[in-house]
Amino acid sequence: MIRLDNLTKVFDTPKGAVTAADHISMEVPAGEICILLGPSGCGKTTTLKMINRIVRPTSGKVFIDGEDTSALDTQELRRNLGYVIQQIGLFPNMTIEENITAVPRLLGWDKDRYKRRARELMDMIALDADAFLKRYPSELSGGQQQRIGVARALAADPPVMLMDEPFGAIDPINRAVIQDEFLKMQQELKKTIMFVSHDIDEAIKMGNRIAIFREGKLVQYSPPDDLLAAPRNAFVESFLGEDRALKRLNLVKVRELASDEIGVVRPEDTLATALERIEGFGYQNAILMINDKRQPVGIIHRSVARTTSGYCRDHFQSVPTVVSLDDDLRKVASLMFAYDMTWMPCVDDEGRVCGQITQRAITHHLGSRYRATQSSGPGDDTGTPTPSAAEE
Amino acid sequence: MELIQYALDNLGLLLDRTIEHIALVGVAVGLATLTGVPIGIAITKNERLAKAVLYVASIIVTIPSIALFGIMIPILSIIGHGIGYVPAVIAVLLYSQLPIIRNTYTAINNVDPALREAARGIGMSQNQRLRQVEIPLAIPIIMAGVRTAVVLNIGVMAIAAYIGAGGLGTFISRGISQSDPRQLIVGAVAVSLLAIIVDYSLLALQKRLTPRGMERAATTA
Ligand SMILES: Nc1ncnc2c1ncn2[C@@H]1O[C@H](COP(=O)(O)OP(=O)(O)O)[C@@H](O)[C@H]1O
Ligand SMILES: [Mg+2]
Repeated sequence: MIRLDNLTKVFDTPKGAVTAADHISMEVPAGEICILLGPSGCGKTTTLKMINRIVRPTSGKVFIDGEDTSALDTQELRRNLGYVIQQIGLFPNMTIEENITAVPRLLGWDKDRYKRRARELMDMIALDADAFLKRYPSELSGGQQQRIGVARALAADPPVMLMDEPFGAIDPINRAVIQDEFLKMQQELKKTIMFVSHDIDEAIKMGNRIAIFREGKLVQYSPPDDLLAAPRNAFVESFLGEDRALKRLNLVKVRELASDEIGVVRPEDTLATALERIEGFGYQNAILMINDKRQPVGIIHRSVARTTSGYCRDHFQSVPTVVSLDDDLRKVASLMFAYDMTWMPCVDDEGRVCGQITQRAITHHLGSRYRATQSSGPGDDTGTPTPSAAEE
Repeated sequence: MELIQYALDNLGLLLDRTIEHIALVGVAVGLATLTGVPIGIAITKNERLAKAVLYVASIIVTIPSIALFGIMIPILSIIGHGIGYVPAVIAVLLYSQLPIIRNTYTAINNVDPALREAARGIGMSQNQRLRQVEIPLAIPIIMAGVRTAVVLNIGVMAIAAYIGAGGLGTFISRGISQSDPRQLIVGAVAVSLLAIIVDYSLLALQKRLTPRGMERAATTA
């Protein structure tokens, strides 16, 4: 757990005092990722660097697992905080192995132990140990270097990680891959992570909580869905963007909104039965046909059922697409637009139909949060929030 | 033809003088490295001190070598070494300070701040940072300073023959005093050749001392 208590930094510059961080108070629960988000120059990096004392706080305190860190020796403290800097900062004179074992070697681990650890770390970041350990950073691609930077920070298994735009220096495709890998790793490692980003999409994807900064002040500190549903003021709202409702689609899984009630027909049913069910369930234009294993095999259109007689097995069309329970709503919405459908059958891990998701359910979900926050949300939309207001 | 004949006739002496010359410059620049590198590192901590030290070192280089020897004769006579080996080594030691201190200072100061921050961030002490990161990264530039010092002082050492330090300069000084162009030219050519050969050898050494991962960076620097 990381707790910041009125953490403040004032830089004395030739042009006068600059308050880079202004009474920042917040808490990151153990095992969670907190994203510090905001426009350039708003004090994210300064706040992060006060935690490992690369920047000395002007006032305020940092607690880690309840312990006031100002009592700890600086080097001791830093060796227990994994640190990933934006510029990656691998030591060019050291091999990959020397780079990722830098902290264990500082801590005086014996050779066997840190060599073993180096291999473990390479497995963790999905790079081949035999191919890479003896190479030098300049021989690696940007994405590979970035992974090594993360491995170096993880080397001594610190409970807390500080990451300053760790995936900033790579192209979008590789960035998405590394983000996914990192999230997978985090599911097992459960580190407490403070993570600086200026990219709202990255923040929503990676964060359990997001802290929005503006001009050195913490403006809002909320889980991503709350943030998108209820931005505290006009600044946050404009920072999140006008498509913030769509961004929320990333955060919700089909499982949360799917209805397990779905009308279906079998191949041996008559078209008359199909029409009956379509009307019974109130479907607009079609009904799903499944086989004995409950797998989706076709679609019977209402127009066909109404004008033709015979069996479903002779008059179906192929199923345009299905979604799985773990897909996010963004994918579902995209498919609905692409196939011009207002509903989609959902299948479980074995490919059996287990329900459906409708456009109505999606819009209702997004809308209900807005309605709730508009009627009970904070009254002052423009005033500066007090530090206590930022502690949700 | 006559020159080559002369050089061949005196090959033994020429070799002895060359070795003497290398030894003098080697000892002096070696000592200069042992003092200049720590000074260069130390002054990175204080910009004003750095300016003062570099200023003094550049003043020293502007003193003509003959004048420097002249100044040292009365001073070193007190301990009985007014001429010969000692003043020659001291002169070269002094002249070497500028390239060595300046290159060390520049190299350490130019270490990428991101690397310095990474080193601090993972919990290295100041000494650990110097030994594990900053000095290894600075080595190519420090070595370039040493090379400059060596090449510069192979020339200076030729003049030290006048105060009886020996070396290849003795051919030149005798050539002048005996109006013997053969000695003069053989001495001068030998000094130039020595400077070129030593420069290339040190360049090879510099490449070997450069940490492997930095070879690319070092060749573009
Ligand atoms: N070492 C420093 N000296 C003076 N001002 C600084 C220093 N570091 C940061 N600042 C100033 O503090 C403010 C916040 O900077 P920073 O924390 O780097 O922002 P961010 O990481 O959000 O882009 C900026 O106005 C910046 O110019
Ligand atoms: Mg920053």
